[in-house]
Amino acid sequence: MRSFFTRVAPDRRGFTAVLLVLLLALALRPAGAALTIEIVGSGANQIPIAIAPFAGEDRLPQKVTEVVSADLQRSGLFRLVNANVIPTPAEPAEVNFADWRGRGVEALAIGSATPLADGRYEVRFRLVDVVKQTVLAGYTYTVGANQLRAIAHKIADVIYEKLTGDRGVFGTKIAYVVKQGKRYELQVADADGFGSQAILVSNEPIISPAWSPDGSRLAYVSFEKRKPIVYVQYLGTGTRQVVSNFKGSNSAPAWSPDGRRLAVVLTKDGISQIYLISADGSNPVRLTSSASIDTEPYFSPDGQYVLFTSDRGGSPQIYRVPVGGGTPERLTFEGSYNVSPRYSPDGRSFTFIQRNGGQFNVAVQDAASRQATVLTDTGLDESPSFAPNGKLILYATEVRGRGVLAAVSSDGRVKQRLSTQQGDVREPAWGPFTKRSQ
Amino acid sequence: MKKLVLVGMMVLLASCAKGTKEETKAGVEDKSSAPAVPVTKPLEGEDTAGKPAAIDPRLRDPNNILSKRTIYFDFDSYVIKEEFKPVIQAHSKYLSENKAARTTVQGNADERGSREYNLSLGQKRAEAVKKAMQVLGVEEVQIEAVSFGEEKPACTDANEACWTKNRRSDLVYQGE
Repeated sequence: MRSFFTRVAPDRRGFTAVLLVLLLALALRPAGAALTIEIVGSGANQIPIAIAPFAGEDRLPQKVTEVVSADLQRSGLFRLVNANVIPTPAEPAEVNFADWRGRGVEALAIGSATPLADGRYEVRFRLVDVVKQTVLAGYTYTVGANQLRAIAHKIADVIYEKLTGDRGVFGTKIAYVVKQGKRYELQVADADGFGSQAILVSNEPIISPAWSPDGSRLAYVSFEKRKPIVYVQYLGTGTRQVVSNFKGSNSAPAWSPDGRRLAVVLTKDGISQIYLISADGSNPVRLTSSASIDTEPYFSPDGQYVLFTSDRGGSPQIYRVPVGGGTPERLTFEGSYNVSPRYSPDGRSFTFIQRNGGQFNVAVQDAASRQATVLTDTGLDESPSFAPNGKLILYATEVRGRGVLAAVSSDGRVKQRLSTQQGDVREPAWGPFTKRSQ
Repeated sequence: MKKLVLVGMMVLLASCAKGTKEETKAGVEDKSSAPAVPVTKPLEGEDTAGKPAAIDPRLRDPNNILSKRTIYFDFDSYVIKEEFKPVIQAHSKYLSENKAARTTVQGNADERGSREYNLSLGQKRAEAVKKAMQVLGVEEVQIEAVSFGEEKPACTDANEACWTKNRRSDLVYQGE
């Protein structure tokens, strides 16, 4: 694995800006599919932390602390302090607290990695509060070589949660579509872009992937039958089924929070309208009835409302309708183009794309105050989706005519860009939390 | 010949997915531990199996108006322009006289903005053509309006001249 760091000037908002470029060869991809992550901006109060290299990790195929450090760095909420001291502490008793306090460190991660007779590794990890001189968390994992990145993400999640109070998303998955020439791949990868796996390969477009709430399935729209049809695919087995193939177009799937229903957009009765169907495709019930376009449905986390885009007022704007039907209520009023709404996990805000002049940017609107804030300045943004902890928004944008993925913190302060070296990347969707295993 | 092309495409797909050249099956046997990766099949291979390839030569004759299949629209408009009415009339007449014929209207949109919203805009362009043809006697069962949104641009440059070409509906007959 190669990596390098580059500094750039502060971004236009004037935050202290550090541009971190990690050029990473993807372990599971052929050469050439490397991924770049750039970070611009930082949180208001970065937590100073040191990640000491784990004793024995030099012998691992993947250094655990390298992944942990990259995760924390990328969040923008941590300031990583150089932890190369000799001897490197691996147990709490070996920590020289005065020395670490002198380095301005508030928290320190230490650990070790030991090969076992069966070829697996025992990875021990402690998170130490340097100021209070206490152990905040400690775990021991027994893992195979191919799980070292996953364990590193888990450790980063523990650190993130202990120090910020919010659950970490480093161990979650993202889905997106890569177009390379005439070939389309629906891919699933770790939240840092590593370990990407194609789950569907097609010569026709694939759009609008949507994660089931339990993370076991993806709904998406495939044009493989020369028309848009909605499929649901099980990630564990690769089996898939057609859930919506009515006459006309079938698109924009969104899951109900209980995973039992999908909202889809059908044109079987004319123009695009929103319908609710069972997750197996049965029992379509029309939710909206307008003479205009109604599309891009998204359930509220409590399952009571469906957000959607409609041009019933003359321009595309965001509305919400009770899930049982009723009169839609318009939510956006600024500007003449507001599309692609998605609720935050707590339902207190929603993200969407707003056009200002010729620029399409990610925005968030507070549900209570109805104040909208534009978060990005990238200009050709599409498909925003919240991380399951609500702290980041993943979206698609363009750089020099090529589709790339980017993320912005929900307060707009930290921005990062992910891109594969080849192909157009688009239609990202951030997956849900996986069940806690400890 | 078609079968050869199909097999060739599957071999190509399989070798791309795996980075090896030995395996000739589509990517389903990819990795022993990983789930199967569905590889979609080209529609032509499925559709023509067991069906006579009965494309009316008039639909392909460059001297026949029926070979004209594309209707262009103005920006933010779903009105069929005067210049395309003869095309719509000709296809409507053909479908009325050939009740077994089936056609799909594929609507398209230019590239700016949300993919799903553009899918709906393309659908409006397809619906406009479908409605006009139904008024002229084409039966519901003969025609389907679908949208490709911004996914199948005829032109990919980022300028107005190019976008104009993408605001269109194409007529495709069953079996083509």
